[in-house]
Amino acid sequence: MRPFTTLTGIAAPLPFANVDTDKIIPARFLKTIQRTGLGKSLFDGLRYDAQGCEIPEFILNQEPYRNAEILITLENFGCGSSREHAPWALLDFGIRCVIAPSFADIFHGNSLKNGVLPIALPRTDCEALMQDASMGGNARLTVDLMRQVVVRPDGREIPFEIDPLRKHRLLNGLDDIGQTLENADAITRFETARGAETWRTEVVL
Amino acid sequence: MSRPRTLFDKIWDDHVVETLPDGTAILYIDRHLVHEVTSPQAFEGLRLAGRSVRRPGATIAVADHNVPTSRGRVGAEADSIIQLETLERNVADFNVPYIPITDERQGIVHVIGPELGLSLPGMTIVCGDSHTSTHGALGALAFGIGTSEVEHVLATQTLLQRRAKNMRVTVKNRLRHGVSAKDMALAIIAHIGTAGGTGHVIEYAGEAVEALDMAGRMTLCNMSIEAGARAGLIAPDQTTLAYVEGRSNAPQGEAFVQASRYWLSLKSDGGAIYDAEAVLDADLMAPMVTWGTSPETAVPIDGVAPDPGALADPAARADAQRALDYMGVRAGQRLDSLAVDVVFIGSCTNSRVEDLRVAASVAKGRTVAGGVRALVVPGSGLVKKQAEAEGLDRIFQSAGFEWREAGCSMCLGMNPDRLTPGQRCASTSNRNFEGRQGPGGRTHLVSPATAAASAIAGRLADPRPLL
Repeated sequence: MRPFTTLTGIAAPLPFANVDTDKIIPARFLKTIQRTGLGKSLFDGLRYDAQGCEIPEFILNQEPYRNAEILITLENFGCGSSREHAPWALLDFGIRCVIAPSFADIFHGNSLKNGVLPIALPRTDCEALMQDASMGGNARLTVDLMRQVVVRPDGREIPFEIDPLRKHRLLNGLDDIGQTLENADAITRFETARGAETWRTEVVL
Repeated sequence: MSRPRTLFDKIWDDHVVETLPDGTAILYIDRHLVHEVTSPQAFEGLRLAGRSVRRPGATIAVADHNVPTSRGRVGAEADSIIQLETLERNVADFNVPYIPITDERQGIVHVIGPELGLSLPGMTIVCGDSHTSTHGALGALAFGIGTSEVEHVLATQTLLQRRAKNMRVTVKNRLRHGVSAKDMALAIIAHIGTAGGTGHVIEYAGEAVEALDMAGRMTLCNMSIEAGARAGLIAPDQTTLAYVEGRSNAPQGEAFVQASRYWLSLKSDGGAIYDAEAVLDADLMAPMVTWGTSPETAVPIDGVAPDPGALADPAARADAQRALDYMGVRAGQRLDSLAVDVVFIGSCTNSRVEDLRVAASVAKGRTVAGGVRALVVPGSGLVKKQAEAEGLDRIFQSAGFEWREAGCSMCLGMNPDRLTPGQRCASTSNRNFEGRQGPGGRTHLVSPATAAASAIAGRLADPRPLL
């Protein structure tokens, strides 16, 4: 995982609530066996018409938002499926941070594991940041993970919360599996103690 | 005396391997269900890191999302074939138990887990699929995970988790005739909202929940994620034990007796504290149908689509108008006036033999309306076999329904079964998101009885007069 430290970039406003995972990446694009290449299908149903032509009104089809690295949106972003293709598609497009009043649980966890930072801020802050974002290329936002602040174009700062363990792993680009395997002995002890419970059967086909 | 604990607390406490300094738990996973869509990148991750699967015997793989449901399984798309072949190569390379497509036990992962006794009460169960919440019907802590977590479980048999909050949804009294677990689920989601359970595990309780059979409980828990909750739970009781006993992977004899004692002990203690509560009355519930593009937009079948103009919040108003426009429904329009093009009976929500029996009782001796395509897709090969033994296939086919092979089918547009743009579908699946059943498709979520009644009427229809 690429470390996330500080990000300064263009932010795109997406003023909808309940943006679901089928909107972020429709299921028919889930047939890949790779993590990359999904950016062109990000928000497919919002971005392209039935003939596959870009819908000019959609924000990510407009300059400078084609190069957006931050998305500002509304409540319950990422609801629906567990598909990690959702943060993979955001990342492949170039979006590394999503700011919203709230996130769906599975999307939130999946994002953190891929170096996409979900920041939950009060609705009023999100609306203010959407105002900033609507100024386009003249209004870059900075997300400083170390200091846990979003810096607005006028220099004002909005603090945000993040789980300390997640912050540490994002800053250092650490993979969970390696960390968990440091506790392999504890896992083995747990399994040994469980051995007497015969109902927890092995799969027999 | 120790603090009273909930069902969720008890299962959680029994699976904590270690608690890290920041409070994150290393949670042991008893059963890992794997399918073709969310696992390729996980196995590739293991290969790149030179890691193996820690406990192949705790793992079970099956293909469901991509498989064609046509007779002879013909018509798989090229990219689907790659994904199916990748799963076969991965299970061979990593020695993971696998049910091939040609095996009669193949089916939707959330149908076969309970059916084969692979999912048991008191277990922690995960799968790279959000509808893993289904297995909570058994009194198991079951939730969907992303592909990075799939890889984590394959490599370590654990997950890093923070303890969720407890929510209890109590449904008092009994459902009326013709009102099902699906209607209950939609009524609950309409009540608490699509994010109402976010951050929580929902425990379903009350007389109406206790009265559900296991298929109904699975339908209810399946839809927990549509209310934002990763997991739904129902305490194991005699209904649960009767369902589990004798299944191929369930414990037998003395082991079953011992396990049953433990399973029955998992119910929430009196005085246990819930972080959130909701209470609904089953007696007031009717067959439900969604009008919009979120499962929370459910209303009774004789209801109308709402007027966005009545909403105070501009963003909510815009969302509702967008949903009406997408669905081709007018504000104030009666839902049962909408003509349907397609009816889909299937999915991990409603494809068990109990669901098919109800749909067949509506279809029996009647005919699908002209111009309507109606599909019945059993959840597994074993469900199909049982339904055929009961003659349900003949009832459906005589009425003009298609009788298909097991798979996820038209729930999510990853296989040849999908809607074309603008088509309107009465569907027993779980999501009515834009494009979910195919680009431009319009999904109305309903119960199996309502779906069958809609196929006969050619429009969204109340099943009660036909039952």
